[in-house]
Amino acid sequence: MTSSSDKQVGASPTVIEPTIFELSSAGRAGYSLPACDVPDAPVERLLPQHSRRAERPALPELSELQVVRHFTRLSRLNYSIDGGFYPLGSCTMKYNPKLHEKVASDTRWSSLHPHQPDATVQGVLAMLFRLQGYLCKIGGMDAFTLQPAAGAHGEHTGLMLIRAFHEKKGERRTEVLAPDSAHGTNPASAVAAGYKVVQVRSNAQGRVDVEDLRRLVGPQTAALMLTNPNTLGLFESEILSIADIVHQTGGQLYYDGANLNAIMGVSRPGDMGFDVVHFNLHKTMTTPHGGGGPGTGPVGVKSHLRPFLPIPVIERSTGAAGAEQYALTTERPDSIGRVRSFFGNVGLLLRAYAYIRSMGPDGLTQASHDAVLSANYLKALLQDSFDAPYAGHCMHEFVLSGRRQRAQGVKTLDIAKRLLDYGYHPPTIYFPLVVEECMMIEPTETEDRATLEAFAAALVAIAREAAEQPEVVRAAPQNTPVSRIDEALAARKPDVRWKG
Amino acid sequence: MPYLPHTAADREAMLTTIGASDMEELLDQVPTAVRSKPLLLPAALSEPELLHELDALAERNTRSAGPRSFLGGGAYNHHIPAVVSALASRSEFVTSYTPYQPEISQGTLQVIYEWQSLICALTGLDVANASLYDAATACAEAAMIGVNATNRSTVVAASTLNPMYLEVLRTYCWSQGLQLRVVMAEGGCISPSSLRATLADLGEEKPAVAILQSPNYFGLIEDQASLAQITHEFGALYVTCANPLSLAILAPPGEIGADIAVGDAQPFGVALSYGGPYVGYVAARESLLRRLPGRIVGASVDNKGRKAYVLTLQAREQHIRREKATSNICSNHALCATVATIYLSYMGKAGLLEVAHLCLQKAHYAAERIAELPGYGLAFEAPFFHEFVVKTPRPGAVIREALMERGILAGIPVDGQAGLTYGLLVCVTEQNRKEDIDALVQGLGECAA
Repeated sequence: MTSSSDKQVGASPTVIEPTIFELSSAGRAGYSLPACDVPDAPVERLLPQHSRRAERPALPELSELQVVRHFTRLSRLNYSIDGGFYPLGSCTMKYNPKLHEKVASDTRWSSLHPHQPDATVQGVLAMLFRLQGYLCKIGGMDAFTLQPAAGAHGEHTGLMLIRAFHEKKGERRTEVLAPDSAHGTNPASAVAAGYKVVQVRSNAQGRVDVEDLRRLVGPQTAALMLTNPNTLGLFESEILSIADIVHQTGGQLYYDGANLNAIMGVSRPGDMGFDVVHFNLHKTMTTPHGGGGPGTGPVGVKSHLRPFLPIPVIERSTGAAGAEQYALTTERPDSIGRVRSFFGNVGLLLRAYAYIRSMGPDGLTQASHDAVLSANYLKALLQDSFDAPYAGHCMHEFVLSGRRQRAQGVKTLDIAKRLLDYGYHPPTIYFPLVVEECMMIEPTETEDRATLEAFAAALVAIAREAAEQPEVVRAAPQNTPVSRIDEALAARKPDVRWKG
Repeated sequence: MPYLPHTAADREAMLTTIGASDMEELLDQVPTAVRSKPLLLPAALSEPELLHELDALAERNTRSAGPRSFLGGGAYNHHIPAVVSALASRSEFVTSYTPYQPEISQGTLQVIYEWQSLICALTGLDVANASLYDAATACAEAAMIGVNATNRSTVVAASTLNPMYLEVLRTYCWSQGLQLRVVMAEGGCISPSSLRATLADLGEEKPAVAILQSPNYFGLIEDQASLAQITHEFGALYVTCANPLSLAILAPPGEIGADIAVGDAQPFGVALSYGGPYVGYVAARESLLRRLPGRIVGASVDNKGRKAYVLTLQAREQHIRREKATSNICSNHALCATVATIYLSYMGKAGLLEVAHLCLQKAHYAAERIAELPGYGLAFEAPFFHEFVVKTPRPGAVIREALMERGILAGIPVDGQAGLTYGLLVCVTEQNRKEDIDALVQGLGECAA
């Protein structure tokens, strides 16, 4: 191991795994393609010179085994759910069942072309139609669109539905309200939908400050965006009053479903008064995160917003022989239009369908109960070692503050990095912004008790280290493929592509 | 219950530690008025039962994109090498989160750095991001870059864009109070004079961006360099929405003067899956780096002098900048970008060119044969890559139905579009053998009347 004093100025950095470009050798090829079985016309005759590229793109030239070794080695540098516990708050990193991957790779689903006539894709349309229905039941909503590609895309879509609804009534509303504890996507999506964002304060109990909301809401308010339970892991107990306040001035209530995992079978956004919801199926419905995506962000609405849903829409009818038939229609005069290509991230929607069918109503309810139970258990194991800014029970996640450790010279970032040495992915840190030195912990229901206890023991040990040997925590991580990275250098001299 | 490890004894012991008597006590912050009744969902299925149900559903999908499919229109049927699926399905890629902890995410980070590099190599542009959802939303993101970079509020787009992309642009522009002006095509293409006239007509309104597609929706290759030059004369950014496979042969956006390139990398090993997930890309000139939407990976070093990758320039993103972010995107399509990166690494310089060459040759063979059929003809004269429109003697929708009875997915009906009475948009790739093309030609001939 080299220490920083061994570093020579200007020396090339040690490389753990070369890039595909460095592994390349001119003239090497690993691919396998059929010979051209039609007459080969001169390319110059088919494509005018101005349209052709002068030089071939500088792609790498590798053997198949080189490709296999390279990506296998890279994969081993990753932490993953299959490799360990991932208690990231608001991210719901639960187990992604293997069955779903098997189903989604079945060519009877994966080889369907989106321009195939409806008559040839009745299976996929039936599956999607049923999934819409299941999500309606879980959310207490009247209709769902499965199209949005991610939570943020769902937020944008949902806010556009609200814009269309108000415009149809001849109302021009300009503001979207969001709590100071909201996910960053909420204000960013509000801007994407053409609104100004107004922040609502949280109170000392970690909930929306209802008096502040009353002050801010008015005829200019298009919507209030809320996550419930919120990002502190607390249920907005005043939700019915909040809904009344927003609805009284003609505003709409938007549900950010990032934390749906707490409430399946416990409470439905539709019953809380929400008009629009989005669900992150890559969180609650176990579709994998894939290193950052793809996700899905289906949007559910109450009936007054149904006419505005994006096209295409699946329609069900009964055929001559009494059999159900499905068709995609774009005949929706009040629709906001299209929000993406084709119908949606169908490969992932199929996985979510499989999950809901595997769990059934009792399984989903038990999943939420266990998620809440596990979070409270972990909180109980940790609350002596760290400050818990909000008293009482939590829902599926909770926040701790590292301010006690900060006073000992150890930041929450250091604690997170030290957890890497103990073999754990750290919690979400420095979010929500309303908590000093915040750690936001969501264990999920798929982790067993021994895993929760071992993780708690690691954090307790780090708290002890912070008091007794803070330099050890500050120097972490030591046991990872790379140690702390110079992020300032990356931003100051951006190197975002291989230049040879 | 699958996927739920707690035993009854565990739950009991955990409640005791928490100091709660039962689950109801833990849920006491949820007001009774909003507590759910039991969920009205069908009962749980075991794994074998679920597979049985899904089998029955899958059997109701009666066709798929095999060698006798000639469907394109933004989703392309290409061979997916075994190595691509084998590597991309490794659970270290599939079940990892966004690489916010770079010390334990170097795999994903380096893959994305390689993806950005490959996209730059193909597009001839300087910088690229970690991925977007799809080509349609990538066009919308490019429009926003242009609007913010020029401080103007008019987006110009070609009528030869994929109609879905145009509709998505319309939706996004409406929601942000931007104007969308469409340049109309002649002979299936946007001509330099038509673009100039549209831009000149704007007068004081002034364009922020012009967005064109290459090859365009009808498969045709427009005079990009001239169109880019005219766009720049009006002070707007030029955006090419390019099928990245075509860039193995065609002049890259960076060379023809584009400021931004977007598109969908689905042709690079990503399964069709009835429309998604695919993977949008965005590349741009260096000067636009800090205006790019979404995540970007950069190379740096760790404190022991080792090369290391990290998410960089995050001060553009929603989790830092909130309402001032360049875009609201958070989750992207990283796993599909991983698929594309593995595909491009495996096919390499020669392989990608060969795929493009096979597509080009086979499509031209098909077009020539179809054009010889009585009642049929090529709708447009402009050069094309692997998609083309044929004029049909009867409605394209009718021809499509007739060919389906022969087991052939003949193309996408484009009746009434681009000045046509009847037509089909036909796509040919390396997956279509000569015998499949000949069967298509024969079928079309037999369905002429």
